Amino acid sequence: MSILINKNSRVMTQGITGKTGQFHTRLCRDYANGQQCFVAGVNPKKPGEQFEGIPIFATVQEAKEATGATVSVIYVPPGFAAAAIDEAVEAELDLAICITEGIPVRDMLRTRYKMEGRKTLLIGPNCPGIITPDEIKIGIMPGYIHQKGRIGVVSRSGTLTYEAVAQLMALGLGQSTCVGIGGDPINGLKHLDVMKLFNDDAETDAVLMVGEIGGTDEEDCARWIKDNMKKPVIGFIAGLAAPPGKRMGHAGAIIAGGQGTAQEKIAVMEECGIRVTRNPAEMGKLLKSVL
Amino acid sequence: MKIHEYQAKEILRRYGVKTPSGIACFSVDGAVAAAEKLGGDKWVIKSQIYAGGRGKGGGVKLARSLAEVRLLAEGMLNKPLITPQTGPAGQVVRRLYLEQGVDIQHEYYVGIVIDRRRQRACLMASSEGGMDIEQVAASTPEKIHKILINPMTGLSDQEASILASKIGLPASSQLAAQTLLKGLYQAFDENDASLLEINPLIVTSDGQVLALDAKMNFDDNALFRHPDIVALRDLDEEDPTEIEAAEHDLSYIPLDGNIGCLVNGAGLAMATMDIIKLYGGNPANFLDVGGGATVDKVTEAFKLMLRNPNLRAILINIFGGIMKCDVIAQGVTMAAREVELAVPLIVRLEGTNVELGKKILAESGLPIISATTMADAAEKAVNAAA
Repeated sequence: MSILINKNSRVMTQGITGKTGQFHTRLCRDYANGQQCFVAGVNPKKPGEQFEGIPIFATVQEAKEATGATVSVIYVPPGFAAAAIDEAVEAELDLAICITEGIPVRDMLRTRYKMEGRKTLLIGPNCPGIITPDEIKIGIMPGYIHQKGRIGVVSRSGTLTYEAVAQLMALGLGQSTCVGIGGDPINGLKHLDVMKLFNDDAETDAVLMVGEIGGTDEEDCARWIKDNMKKPVIGFIAGLAAPPGKRMGHAGAIIAGGQGTAQEKIAVMEECGIRVTRNPAEMGKLLKSVL
Repeated sequence: MKIHEYQAKEILRRYGVKTPSGIACFSVDGAVAAAEKLGGDKWVIKSQIYAGGRGKGGGVKLARSLAEVRLLAEGMLNKPLITPQTGPAGQVVRRLYLEQGVDIQHEYYVGIVIDRRRQRACLMASSEGGMDIEQVAASTPEKIHKILINPMTGLSDQEASILASKIGLPASSQLAAQTLLKGLYQAFDENDASLLEINPLIVTSDGQVLALDAKMNFDDNALFRHPDIVALRDLDEEDPTEIEAAEHDLSYIPLDGNIGCLVNGAGLAMATMDIIKLYGGNPANFLDVGGGATVDKVTEAFKLMLRNPNLRAILINIFGGIMKCDVIAQGVTMAAREVELAVPLIVRLEGTNVELGKKILAESGLPIISATTMADAAEKAVNAAA
């Protein structure tokens, strides 16, 4: 099963003609079933053209109608990316995955407001994307480090997720789906939303949850897990050594007004019965111990 | 990005927010001239630094004569001001803001922040002005009133007046308060602010509603569309190393330890700092070189870290995904040669072509300590720095 995407997903790329869009569309198409999955590109100025055999449409709506694609991945530059998400929502896609880093918060506040009551789910922005190993990869993560298996991974970061996956793989643990929800303060799916999907997924046995300083998403997720989760969850929170008031790379990774510390997140997660490691080299080991 | 109080007030006045009359000045003579120009018989001299808690540190003072203005300005300008937020060394005051003194009848608090959980801008107000709002939130949360703002329609008249009455603004001042609150939100929204704080907002004895202090921070991701805001940036208030890092597209934050970190990705960079601490060491910085980790970037990163006199070792932790480890290893060796690295360098590579990358490091002739896992790297770095 997996969550959100599988080999039957049909994907369009918004921003397919940019350097990043081209580079990663190629890598995604070359991964597992990518040839069948990546069916369309969108660029309002280049309808009728192709990118290496992938047809380009002027709008998301046209791409959807012509190819049946219901998922979009967005590499549009930051000043225009929120509008690209809006377009995917307007076209009633199932899922939009926004890789773009650096979208103004003001734009995302409006986009999130417009998404209320709508069908489309959003992953990101400022995220590596999502992969269901050996079926489909949508995003910028290296595909080859993954292998199909039964561990779900949800994380706010990119390379730290790859690190977690590598640790799982070293212990022979493959993944059902890995979701990078992104490092921005205003975003789509939260840890909690992804956790609910993993809980209902018959092919996920346990979940590795990677969080970081800033906001309260991890705490919200932990409280839900305590009362509802049927599967083991382990966690790691990055930023125990982070100073307050400083943005640690990600727009959302900041301890503001004493809130969003790693200490607080870990305390709440542990109160809710989640095993949390302080050692980022032992995420895989801890996960294996709860199986 | 942050700006000074007097700059924030200039912006806010454009949105109909009333403030006391004031003049920014950069010299003692300028301060006296400003007081003469403002007129009246009392003035407030306010140190302009980005850090908060200026009042507590003696950075805000009342003068009752021009001679006193001169004396106080002399005591403040070009002297370090230490507040609860500056750290022990303080921050040198280079600009003053002279304001006409006003008769305060009551102090309130108003702020606008981004509520991440609710994914909205949130207008907060309290009858407890002039105090640390985090303390008010902790001890008497019922005294803080909040409105989540619809981003499409903005703050309505009704919402503004409800909030004004909830914090107990006198009925005669409510219309003025409504104008002020709407102006605040409009200023926040149109300028892509990430934080706006008026602490205190005051009602004067003659019923005026004034912003007595103003703090505005801006969303760095939106600065591309606000050249007027970027022009206000005061580089004297920022860490020179952070400024230089940003010019090279590096995300760098100096810390007080002695082990430099060079990592790709923000999450992994934080985790690397965490594991150094876990193994008994102390990170000298946060540094995310981004996905690229090119020779240029690694060279610049080395240079930045080497400026720290306390630096005892450098730990490089790179997960090469799309970027291959052999390319990164080549970059690291070239950069290490260029800067003539004199501290122990611990390198941990993982990902694509990792064996090839390790081979390049081993054969480089450089005294590089190779590590396998993050734990191994942290342990070796802590030992090297001890």
